[in-house]
Amino acid sequence: MLKPKDLPKTEKVELQMTPMIDVVFQLLIFFILTFKITTPEGDFNIKMPLGKSSAQLTKEIPLPPLVVRLEAGSDGRLASITLDNRKLKGFDELHNIVLDRVGDAGPSAAAEEIEVELDCDYNLNYEFVVEAITAVSGKIEGNAILPLIQKIKFANPRKPGG
Amino acid sequence: MKIDTHALTETAEGDMTPMIDMTFQLIAFFMVLMNFGEGEQDERIRLPLSQLAKPPDAPNVWPMTLQLTKVGTVLFNGEEVPVQGIRPLLLRESQVMKVQERDPKEATVIIRADATAKTGQVQELIGICQAPEIGFENFVLRAKQRQAD
Repeated sequence: MLKPKDLPKTEKVELQMTPMIDVVFQLLIFFILTFKITTPEGDFNIKMPLGKSSAQLTKEIPLPPLVVRLEAGSDGRLASITLDNRKLKGFDELHNIVLDRVGDAGPSAAAEEIEVELDCDYNLNYEFVVEAITAVSGKIEGNAILPLIQKIKFANPRKPGG
Repeated sequence: MKIDTHALTETAEGDMTPMIDMTFQLIAFFMVLMNFGEGEQDERIRLPLSQLAKPPDAPNVWPMTLQLTKVGTVLFNGEEVPVQGIRPLLLRESQVMKVQERDPKEATVIIRADATAKTGQVQELIGICQAPEIGFENFVLRAKQRQAD
């Protein structure tokens, strides 16, 4: 039997922390440098099918589309908005008219049947198109979005400067 | 005078545990918030803002992102080409889809256009995508979320 004095001396084992801390700090620096706060992005669906005859389109869409005409100034900013040849003051008025139309036609049916056609000047800044789509496609109610018109398409493109 | 040498040779060891705890907390925080889906985003594109721009509930089917800069060039698959120059790239993409027995009509073209890009160029881009030999039909316009007032 071993006597206590024959046992090997117990040495305190110290873990080497330095490499782990090095790696951890490397990771931390990597994550800090690559960290980027991004705003959420969302999509608007655009209905742009090709190759359908006008008869087919008429059968599918019984109502004529609401034509939203967006005219651009020389700097690309919005000069005027017209809805079915009626001049509007702004996107708020467009939104209110769309709300009325959807309300008149019934809550769910209207959103499916009515179509909006965007007729924009070539030089118009794209942000105004998105504003127009925002005005016709939905309404914010609290945290939820009430869908309005989902069928949105572009008219034939206009020539540059036209 | 005698100097007690034992007292001087003792090393002072700080307690590393709280620092390591905090560092791991920070790493966990940054890892969780890290967004790997930014690959398609480009700093040259400043998206228009919209209150209705909410992230989609379901992922798009076979998404393909075309980015239109304010100077009228298109960024696609790491290449920057003028709007008309995108045609051969899209044709190649469409042919690859057909080889893989996928219908280009079902693919989703995501358009990330700069807020000050010309609308006519966005329409030209859509027109090229719709060309019969290319055949894309589903389009989504991407916007950045604007916080409600």
